[in-house]
Amino acid sequence: MPTIQDLLEKKDYVITDGAMGTLLFSAGLEQGDPPEIWNLKHPERVAEVHQVYLEAGSQIILTNTFGGSRLRLALHNAESQAAAANQAAAQILRKVADQSSQEVIVAGDMGPTGEILAPYGELAFQDAKEVFKEQAAALIAGGVDLIWIETMSDLEEVRAAVEGTREVSSDIPIVTTMTFDTHGRTMMGVTPEQAFETLSGFGATALGGNCGNGPEEIIEVITKMRTFDQDSILVAKANAGIPELVQGKAVYRASPETMADYAIQSYKAGARVIGACCGSTPDHIAAITKALSNFSKQ
Amino acid sequence: MNDDINITQMETPELLELIQDDLYEGLADEVAASVNELLAREMTPYEVLNQGLVAGMDIVGADFRDGILFVPEVLMAAKAMKAGMAILRPLLVETGAPQMGTLVIGTVKGDIHDIGKNLVSMMMEGAGFNVINLGINTNVDAFLEAIREHKPEILGMSAMLTTTMPYMAVVIEALEQEGLREQLLVLVGGAPLNDAFAEEIRADAYCRDAAVGVETAKKMLAIKRGQLN
Repeated sequence: MPTIQDLLEKKDYVITDGAMGTLLFSAGLEQGDPPEIWNLKHPERVAEVHQVYLEAGSQIILTNTFGGSRLRLALHNAESQAAAANQAAAQILRKVADQSSQEVIVAGDMGPTGEILAPYGELAFQDAKEVFKEQAAALIAGGVDLIWIETMSDLEEVRAAVEGTREVSSDIPIVTTMTFDTHGRTMMGVTPEQAFETLSGFGATALGGNCGNGPEEIIEVITKMRTFDQDSILVAKANAGIPELVQGKAVYRASPETMADYAIQSYKAGARVIGACCGSTPDHIAAITKALSNFSKQ
Repeated sequence: MNDDINITQMETPELLELIQDDLYEGLADEVAASVNELLAREMTPYEVLNQGLVAGMDIVGADFRDGILFVPEVLMAAKAMKAGMAILRPLLVETGAPQMGTLVIGTVKGDIHDIGKNLVSMMMEGAGFNVINLGINTNVDAFLEAIREHKPEILGMSAMLTTTMPYMAVVIEALEQEGLREQLLVLVGGAPLNDAFAEEIRADAYCRDAAVGVETAKKMLAIKRGQLN
């Protein structure tokens, strides 16, 4: 199985996947139901989403486990299925990757708990760590190549996720990205510079920004992080804009063409792991794949 | 940080300013001590609430809106506010002073995003409101039941998805049919919303973020209660 560094030696950028939820909804997921339960209920439909991203050019694909922590699933009274849903998710994606002739990295996705850690909120650090440990253990048991911690706003929660992962595996690569959607910082006030320093200190293989208010925001984040050093692998995974109501209909501002342009801008700013987040589709990823390929030939 | 400050020696206006500074710094014990001191000086609980705590949280809210403060500082300020409120609330009830009000809030059916909604809850509590948080994926029956039970002045609804935001209109129509709409301020929020959408579904206002939510709730309630024009 390849590492991000292996892939970067062959071609100096790596493409991730895009949004999962949107595609699961069109495959019949009920609004309000947790997507993660589909890893147990409809594994073939989850595999199908991974497959279309793979065909669109994704080299790193994320498991369907963003909200798979015990704390998120508890909101659906499904916390007892946390371990099983995460392990199944890893197995589904592992199989898709193993059956492909392309080189694909299987990334075990962990999103925020949705709670705020003490002293600001109620969640104790140790409890958060246990929650992430359970999720990471299940993902690793299911065969993921690395752990992907994303959409974080609190550095302490990232630390809980990293330490929880490290209790399960001392050497599995970890990628961490935060969401800088509030006046250029994360919701908890973390600047890109602070994030870079702290996440590097955690020993992250790659780090950067994801989600947020759209492409422009992430390019700013990458530019700021890049000023620190030239060696770190930076990740840009922007939303396809914020959905806007136009004549009563919801539209994502960012077309595949816009996202392709964003991918080039991110690359120029120094990002080497590039993909998309909420609102994106395999069409966006295909456009990114094509644009980066054309750009690197110039 | 106030070890060398003797609050009993301070003039009342200074002490009111100190409460505001301590709220800004999130110093719960210091806020509680100043509240007690002001009450001992025969200020009414209502005056302490408005001239001290509420005035202080207004500054916190404005700086949050402007990107000077972020969520951690605001939550610490809200905790300090709650320490003050713990002293004042029973006295306010006893003296029959007007309450800030009650908020029933939830993420609408079909939607499982709750960070923004929880932030609004915490900031509204910090501003002295009584908050009933119904959680995620809340259907119209759950909203109606909570409104009948808690008789709030304000209903807050949150949605993060374009596919779930229309459910807010379903709730508002049910409120109208049940004759509950008039008694409520309906505030809505979430990433894909805007003013036009709020107007279209006959909500009272769209609130861009938690700080704007608190500000709007206070202002519109005051207008409704005839305290402002």
